[in-house]
Amino acid sequence: MFAEFLQYLFTGITIGATYALIALGFTLIYNASHVINFAQGEFLMIGGMATVSLTAMGVPMVLAIILAVLLAGVLGILLQRFAIAPAKQADVVTLIIITIGASIFIRGLAQLVWGKEYHVMQNFSSDEPIRIFGAVLNSQSLWVLGIGAILVVGLVLFFTRTLIGKAILATSMNKEAARLVGIRTQLVLMLAFLVSAVLGSVAGIVVAPITFTSYDIGIMLGLKGFVAAAIGGLGSGIGAVVGGLLLGVVEAMAAGYISSDYKDAVAFSMILVVLFFMPRGLFGAKVVERV
Amino acid sequence: MLKTILRRTGKFAAIAAAGLVMSAQAAEPIKIGSFLSVTGPASFLGDPELKTLEMYVEKINEEGGVLGRQLELIHYDDVGNASNARNFASRLIRSDRVDIIVGGSTTGATMAAVPLVEQAKIPFISLAGAVVITTPVKEWVFKTPQSDRMAAERILADMKDRGITKIGLISGTGGFGSSGRTQTLEVAEKMGIEVLADETYSGSDTDMTAQLTNIRNTDGVEAVLNFGFGQGPAIVTRNYDQLGIELPFYQSHGVASDSFLELAGDAAEGLRLPASPLLVPDSLPEDDPQKDVVQSYKAEYEARWDSKVSTFGAYAYDGLMLAVQAIEAAGSTDKEAVREALENIQGYVGVTGVYNMSPEDHNGLEADSFRMLEVQNGDWKLVN
Repeated sequence: MFAEFLQYLFTGITIGATYALIALGFTLIYNASHVINFAQGEFLMIGGMATVSLTAMGVPMVLAIILAVLLAGVLGILLQRFAIAPAKQADVVTLIIITIGASIFIRGLAQLVWGKEYHVMQNFSSDEPIRIFGAVLNSQSLWVLGIGAILVVGLVLFFTRTLIGKAILATSMNKEAARLVGIRTQLVLMLAFLVSAVLGSVAGIVVAPITFTSYDIGIMLGLKGFVAAAIGGLGSGIGAVVGGLLLGVVEAMAAGYISSDYKDAVAFSMILVVLFFMPRGLFGAKVVERV
Repeated sequence: MLKTILRRTGKFAAIAAAGLVMSAQAAEPIKIGSFLSVTGPASFLGDPELKTLEMYVEKINEEGGVLGRQLELIHYDDVGNASNARNFASRLIRSDRVDIIVGGSTTGATMAAVPLVEQAKIPFISLAGAVVITTPVKEWVFKTPQSDRMAAERILADMKDRGITKIGLISGTGGFGSSGRTQTLEVAEKMGIEVLADETYSGSDTDMTAQLTNIRNTDGVEAVLNFGFGQGPAIVTRNYDQLGIELPFYQSHGVASDSFLELAGDAAEGLRLPASPLLVPDSLPEDDPQKDVVQSYKAEYEARWDSKVSTFGAYAYDGLMLAVQAIEAAGSTDKEAVREALENIQGYVGVTGVYNMSPEDHNGLEADSFRMLEVQNGDWKLVN
């Protein structure tokens, strides 16, 4: 009984950690520009696919991972420079639509370059699963959780301790004021895309040994990441992490205890329930309407 | 005077034109129409199918054609979309006026074309799997792949041979998986096998540990069957291994390909599935009637296209050969005669199996045409 529960919990936390990383990417860009970047899932895909194809070419794994993250980062900057920046006067809604277009474009490109097959990535460490109280934990799960935790701590430090981080925060709070005190807001926006692309690609790489990877892996994972960000409250870092973990655990519990048929339905109706009672999400900023 | 000349030339022209038409008719090719999912999500089906059709139409023409006439292949790409398939089927029938249709990579595309084909009364050999295509029997519709029902029969029979009577089922929620699930439940009831656990997963799921834990914790389960398609079954296989479940594990023919072995890796060791003999051409026994056909198809395809042969291409091979055999037997391309000849083909030895058509059975295959394979040392091994 307990072993069963523990098993669902492990499953949920592992996939939840991935959702959390994707949600953080959404949050970053949302904070800097109020744009919901629907190409976030594609960063994930680029990370995984580039690592797989580089290792297949004989590049050592560690180097392949670094190159893949760099590639995703460059892609993030390009996306901001060539798709978002030229339309800076446009509505947020228009920008969101641009990101959807960009994601379809990137996916199409990936399909041409890498084909449509699914690919395997080796576990970072041993293939041997770890047994705890009768439940089984894939050793890769520990990598997902560990790297996820490191990234979250790193982000917190980045935003509270560095000037650039503070500049991003300032821009998110008030763009006009930030510009007045001398922050180059376009540069900040570019940085936000870069960091979020790096986050996404790292998530894509650590989770690839568990989920496999293919050109279209970003669609569903990106969507789930968005749900996690919305549950947590768009724009909140803690919200993204909690939302992601919560979503993963609820999904796994639903599949285990209710029925696997309703797993996705439970996940997506969770967003309704949360937003109904807390329209800004669990940790969303309180907005005071000034009259 | 001028008028008469004009009239005469007119008459001559008419006669000359008529003559031309007649001579053209004598040498007119037999038109084989096809709509396949050559690109799009089902391209892994349509691509080898088209390659097979092109290659064998060429080969037959080099050898003198059928009934002394050349074959002409007219094909369209439906991109895996059923409404495209319907449009192309209509074009094949109305404007290309083909003699027979061999095509329809997916069940959706096939079923979209069926009403048109039935109405136009033109023989149609489908290359798609689901049991609905030929059950109930439709006068003008035939198909070459085994149905998912036969796969279920084959798997459950193998389980029975091993003394297994209580199983856990996990299936994908996509078209293939859910149809397979329905068939498995039906066949299981008929064969007296109890399905104690019945779990599902969606095509984009990345972890099936929870579902498998449920199956593992169900008392009395003696074997597990996964009916699914794509990468899902590979993840199920890996999770199965990670959870350390020791029960015999079965997969469906949906993953009978080398890329599945690559994805699932060591975790696939020991699992069984029904598959086309094309996967194990060299281990077929000498007295296997299909051995020659299977080996030569594989050799010819790989030599021509420099890519690995797939079971889907074999469906097109069998479809084309059945069509040719029927036209030869009918002695003409008269549609009713060809249809009747198709219906009466007995003992055609194809790559997929040995076909024995009848008015009640427009598929003509037995569940035995599936070979039971087991994964041993990372490769397929023929066990039954």
